[in-house]
Amino acid sequence: MFGQANVLAQGQAEFPPSVGDFYLPSILPWGAENSYWFTKITAMVWIAVGILIIFFLATYRKPQLVPTKKQWFAESIYGFVRNNIAVDMIGHAGVRFAPYFTTLFCFILLTNFFAIVPFFQISPNSHIAFPAILAVISYVMFIWVGIRHHGFVKYVKASLVPPAPWYILPLLVPIEFFSTFLVRPFSLAVRLFANMFAGHMLLLVFTLGGFAMLSANVWLAPVSVLSWVMTIALTFLEFLVICLQAYVFTVLTASYVQGALADEH
Amino acid sequence: MYFLAAEGGETTHNPIIPVWQEIVVGLVAFGVLCFVLMKFVFPRMEQTFQARVDAIEGGIKRAEAAQAEANQLLEQYRAQLAEARTDAAKIRDDARADAEGIRQDILAKAREESDRIIAAGKEQLAAERATIVRELRTEVGTIAVDLASKIVGESLADEARRKGTVDRFLSGLESTGAR
Repeated sequence: MFGQANVLAQGQAEFPPSVGDFYLPSILPWGAENSYWFTKITAMVWIAVGILIIFFLATYRKPQLVPTKKQWFAESIYGFVRNNIAVDMIGHAGVRFAPYFTTLFCFILLTNFFAIVPFFQISPNSHIAFPAILAVISYVMFIWVGIRHHGFVKYVKASLVPPAPWYILPLLVPIEFFSTFLVRPFSLAVRLFANMFAGHMLLLVFTLGGFAMLSANVWLAPVSVLSWVMTIALTFLEFLVICLQAYVFTVLTASYVQGALADEH
Repeated sequence: MYFLAAEGGETTHNPIIPVWQEIVVGLVAFGVLCFVLMKFVFPRMEQTFQARVDAIEGGIKRAEAAQAEANQLLEQYRAQLAEARTDAAKIRDDARADAEGIRQDILAKAREESDRIIAAGKEQLAAERATIVRELRTEVGTIAVDLASKIVGESLADEARRKGTVDRFLSGLESTGAR
């Protein structure tokens, strides 16, 4: 918010915000356009990775049978994903996927959370590259798991051919193919991306809108204040969305893996 | 300036087309994260969970074993107690039986003794009676003979005859006495 306020004070940001606001200039080389190796976004990804690695390594350096507070906290994150997502969705076989799901969940949650952390204030997941990577990993993973579990032919048959009368199969098989093998990665990636994109956009609109109204007419100041109050309210909403989307992404991945492992259609 | 420039380049920024540099960065970063967490952290958590389960189950097992042992000991004690009770009862019964036997023995002996004493008394009595009767008989005979010789004035010298006379007289006396 402050960054934007400063920018606006200098007359550099325009209202309404546009897609260009999501593409911040590069940090190294400083200020370069169209250089994406080291931007605020990639820096945040590295910071998220660093925080998670340090947190988990520090809390789990010397695990004890009777956990300390920190160890308990780290364990309960893992235990949540393990028991409430992996085991709930997949069953006992889900335990071996729990480490990946937990990593996925933590990564999405933290990178999403940057959207409402002061001075970060944008989620890397509002750039489709990161949700896309995660979605592709999930996609490859559930297909790989399915083929490993059933064998290629049987897996393809199990996932494409529903138990239905033969004359309806010409209709169902393309639908199944479309929904399982084409739509899934896109829906996963776009759901996360769009939520974070829209969340950032909403916050921008209400924050910058307040400034825009204030600079347009001093008498609109109360409306500006209302706009900023809305920003705060929307930040809470954004927090809900952050947690929800991290959960949904993980649950859907688990659900796809479960579908690939399932014996019946 | 940047923002204006960014807006100027808006046509090149399609939010639905990923930036390939970001894909590379994301892959590497997420790969590192996965590697570290999935290799060094979560398996150890699984191990800890397992160790915890083992510890709890082991505790329960130990408690169960202790309980079983206690039960077994209790059973053993109970069995021993029951055995001791039956033993005691048997000993008491034996003692009672012994006492009864001894009593019976003593009683029998006493009865025997008393019988013997009575019998001896009776015998003695009979013997004494017989002696007295014999003595009396000779004495009465002598006295009667003396009396008779005094009355008659003649001595009945003939022993055999005298004895026969006395016996007849006594028999007569006895028969009348018995009547």
